[in-house]
Amino acid sequence: MNDGSILALVAILPFLGALMPGLMIRAGRNACASFTAVPTILALLLLGTQVPAVMRGEVVSTTIEWLPQLGLSASFFLDGLGLLFAGMILGVGLLIILYARFYLSGDDPMGQFYTYLLLFQGAMLGIVLSDNILLLLIFWELTSLSSFLLIGYWKHLPEGRQGARMALTVTGAGGLAMIGGMLILGNIVGSYNLTDILAQGELIKASEWYMPALILILIGAFTKSAQFPFHFWLPHAMAAPTPVSAYLHSATMVKAGIFLMARMWPVLAGTEPWFYIVATTGLITMVLGAVIALFKDDLKALLAFSTVSHLGLLTMLLGFGTKAAVIAAMFHIINHLTFKAALFMTAGIVDHEAHTRDIKRLGGLAKLMPITAIIGVITALSMAGTIPLNGFISKEMMLEEAAHTVWYNNPWIVPVLATLGACFSVAYSFRFIFHVFGGPVRDDYPAKPHDPPFGLYAAPALLTVLVVLIGAMPFLAEPLVTAAANAVTGLDTHPHLKLWHGVTPALWMSVIAFAVGALLLMTQAKLNAGWLRMPRPEAKVIFDAIIERCVAFSKAFARSTHNGVMSRYLAFLVVTTIVVGVHAYFTGSIAAPTREILPVPPLVWVGWLSLVAATWLVVSQHRNRFRSLVFISIIGLMISGGFVYLSAPDLALTQISVETVTIMLLLLALYFLPKDTPAESSTGKRLRDAVIAIAGGGAVAALAMAFLTRDVDSISAYHLANSYKGGGGTNVVNVILVDFRGYDTYGEIIVLGIAGLTIFALMDALLRGPAAKRLRDRAFSPDRSRDRHPLMMVVATRAMLPIAVMVGIYIFLRGHNQPGGGFVAGLVISIALLMQYMASGFAWAQLRQRIEYHSMIGWGVIIAGLTGVGAWLAGKPFLTSAYGYLHFPPIEEFEWATAMAFDLGVFLAVLGAVMLMLYSLSRIARFAGETINVAPMDHDPSEVPEESATDQDQKEGQ
Amino acid sequence: MIAMALYFGFACFGLGIFMCIWRIARGPTAADRILALDTIVINTIALLILYGVHKGTAIYYEASMLVAMVGFVSTVAYCRFVLRGDIIE
Repeated sequence: MNDGSILALVAILPFLGALMPGLMIRAGRNACASFTAVPTILALLLLGTQVPAVMRGEVVSTTIEWLPQLGLSASFFLDGLGLLFAGMILGVGLLIILYARFYLSGDDPMGQFYTYLLLFQGAMLGIVLSDNILLLLIFWELTSLSSFLLIGYWKHLPEGRQGARMALTVTGAGGLAMIGGMLILGNIVGSYNLTDILAQGELIKASEWYMPALILILIGAFTKSAQFPFHFWLPHAMAAPTPVSAYLHSATMVKAGIFLMARMWPVLAGTEPWFYIVATTGLITMVLGAVIALFKDDLKALLAFSTVSHLGLLTMLLGFGTKAAVIAAMFHIINHLTFKAALFMTAGIVDHEAHTRDIKRLGGLAKLMPITAIIGVITALSMAGTIPLNGFISKEMMLEEAAHTVWYNNPWIVPVLATLGACFSVAYSFRFIFHVFGGPVRDDYPAKPHDPPFGLYAAPALLTVLVVLIGAMPFLAEPLVTAAANAVTGLDTHPHLKLWHGVTPALWMSVIAFAVGALLLMTQAKLNAGWLRMPRPEAKVIFDAIIERCVAFSKAFARSTHNGVMSRYLAFLVVTTIVVGVHAYFTGSIAAPTREILPVPPLVWVGWLSLVAATWLVVSQHRNRFRSLVFISIIGLMISGGFVYLSAPDLALTQISVETVTIMLLLLALYFLPKDTPAESSTGKRLRDAVIAIAGGGAVAALAMAFLTRDVDSISAYHLANSYKGGGGTNVVNVILVDFRGYDTYGEIIVLGIAGLTIFALMDALLRGPAAKRLRDRAFSPDRSRDRHPLMMVVATRAMLPIAVMVGIYIFLRGHNQPGGGFVAGLVISIALLMQYMASGFAWAQLRQRIEYHSMIGWGVIIAGLTGVGAWLAGKPFLTSAYGYLHFPPIEEFEWATAMAFDLGVFLAVLGAVMLMLYSLSRIARFAGETINVAPMDHDPSEVPEESATDQDQKEGQ
Repeated sequence: MIAMALYFGFACFGLGIFMCIWRIARGPTAADRILALDTIVINTIALLILYGVHKGTAIYYEASMLVAMVGFVSTVAYCRFVLRGDIIE
């Protein structure tokens, strides 16, 4: 089993498992929690199978190619460091699942919570197991996103939403910086594989890009691990439910930055910049976090700042760059996890039972909830670093390292500050103990506190056992710490973890810390008053102000460039294009014209003059919308005529069909729009726009002229030569559409279908909104014809229908070899159908419409897609066409081609989309209070004479 | 002889198109414009057929038939718009 492929399974299990809670919540909360635990337990067991190998010092790895062109592969590897973190993520994850089951109230959507939790778990596992930095970055971003969902889980709380947004902004911005840093690293080494990068430490440190990479990666790590000055988001993220705080903000996510620094330790650490940036930041964060924590009244805020402080401690240790410091850091990661997760859960229990987390309102809980108190006191003592608990050992190791660290030739500054941090650490830990559990029992708790059910305290109790065990028998943790430290440093470390180191400087520093800490706690009330008077920067205010500035700037920028004026966008587009074209003309070279100018026959003069006249009419009278539609029709007609003249009859047919359908769509819309366009721009602006427009038109004409007078090599010759040979058709246009560029066509019909469905959806939403009310109040012009469905028109369109459908089928069938094809056929038949809608009205025609237009679009795309897939069965690439000949005796021999089936898909999609668009637009009238009719015409002479048409109309309309 | 007749036909229908455009430009009513547009469609079809005769090929004939089949639909739509406002009731 040591091929490592198990690692991919471990990483993917939580993601797969994330599907379960949402389903299982229907079976109850216990089932939901159990099924959330299953993937975690499975992953933990699978991870367990790899433990012996890792402990022997082997590195288990697996690679699945993903996008090898980009250097991105789904590679995973597991060494001591990965094992330490993966074990933490899964182990604590399991405890959190248990704790959350009892913590969340019946009103909270538990399925959602567990889904988010598993997504987060998967993302975290991905980070610690990735062997490819690009993959690592993807998981890194995923943790930011999933933690956003978890922090904002209580959507009704504004603090939750704001905290989630702040966390996402800060960690997301850091992630962005880290992407840059990682790409630089990858570039230096020439590989994005983590194992390759880790082996190239010397190369990276010697590179001139070392500093930028270091700074960018550290920004990523510092934002994630809440290091000064990015520490402010963590306390605000405490608006999350307590299980989230315990999981993300003590054990896992905030440790991701620490993990990254440890992972990158061999290639980045050990230099001066590393020491001064990382160790200093860690030191400042440690002291600052500890000081602020003492003055927080909210239990979770106290723990949050304590976490910030401990993260600073870990960062500082990694920053020292020595082997012993790394060992201390690895050990402290385990210890911090055990006591801090338990403390968060304790705070959650207190909040859950006493309905407040305000330390000022608590006290005396030891007598009311003894079990919780035991858990809280033991773990808080460990946090303070009290002998004989595990917190003591790693704190001693930290102080020992700090004691002989020289900072800028100054041997005092680091030890003194570290001791100061330890003093405050003791003070806030004692405050947690004495002000919450100690003191007399009060009678003004918001709720009567008592010990929670076993399920709620089981998880923190287990962690407390670990705190004591590791404290008493530190050698239990030794193998794991050794493996992790070896993995980080790449050296062979032999840590000897033991409780008693003798009387060392570190012990004296500890003693001082306890004495000063006790003193600080006794004077806390006075200090607090001073603290409150002191001016302090409020992170949230600053953050909000920055965000507000950014939003204001973006809005101003968007408004100045994107103000909704169509002519402005077009002006930018056209002017840019002209400038680029002019630049190309003057800097590039162009061959002399090789073709002669042909004489212009009189017929072309007629078309050209008509075009010019119609264009002038549109420009001069465009404010009358109806008239400009008529003028545009002339232009469309002349272009179609031009296509016929230039031997492109199928283009002409397509053009005129599109023109007709467009005119109908515009008329449908114009009914509900003002009939005139008001003049909005000044004369100067119009003049400017005219100049731009004429320049643009002139440029296009010049370009067309340049191409028409020269012989240009194009792909056309290939298409002409291969149309029959490769595609089995002599109509090159159609073969291009269904074969050479079949993929494009396939995409286009999907887009067309989406457009049709979108119009339908938009109209549907519009008609449900306030617009429908305005439509109902709309006054219709009184001078309308009384003849809604004229007899002549009805009869004529009925006669037209079979002819038009026959022509449509004919055009469709011959399309492969002669002018025609599915697209045109679809348009022709849709026009024939639209005639029925116009003649006899919407309702009458709709009653006879058996196939929904939506499904027609769907079938079109499916048929076209299946035709393409059919080529796979023959072992050819997608959309390879085949053709052959069939001969049934009475009929002449005819050709079949798979392109025909594809064309059928095109036909259906076009027909469905066009009809759906018109259908959607004509629905508006029904909302405007128009009556409908189900009779084919107003006056049907074949019916009984005394029943008049209007009576019938009204009857049916009701 | 046929060539002369064709040129005469081209001239007439071409002139017809210009006169229709004049009518479209001047109006005065929407009905005038729609009628003139419809006439332009017919004149264009006629020109295409004449051109086909001139070139001696059948493809223009077929194309003009297809244009004829589709070309009047927009006239109907315009008429319904003027008469009823809503073209699909």
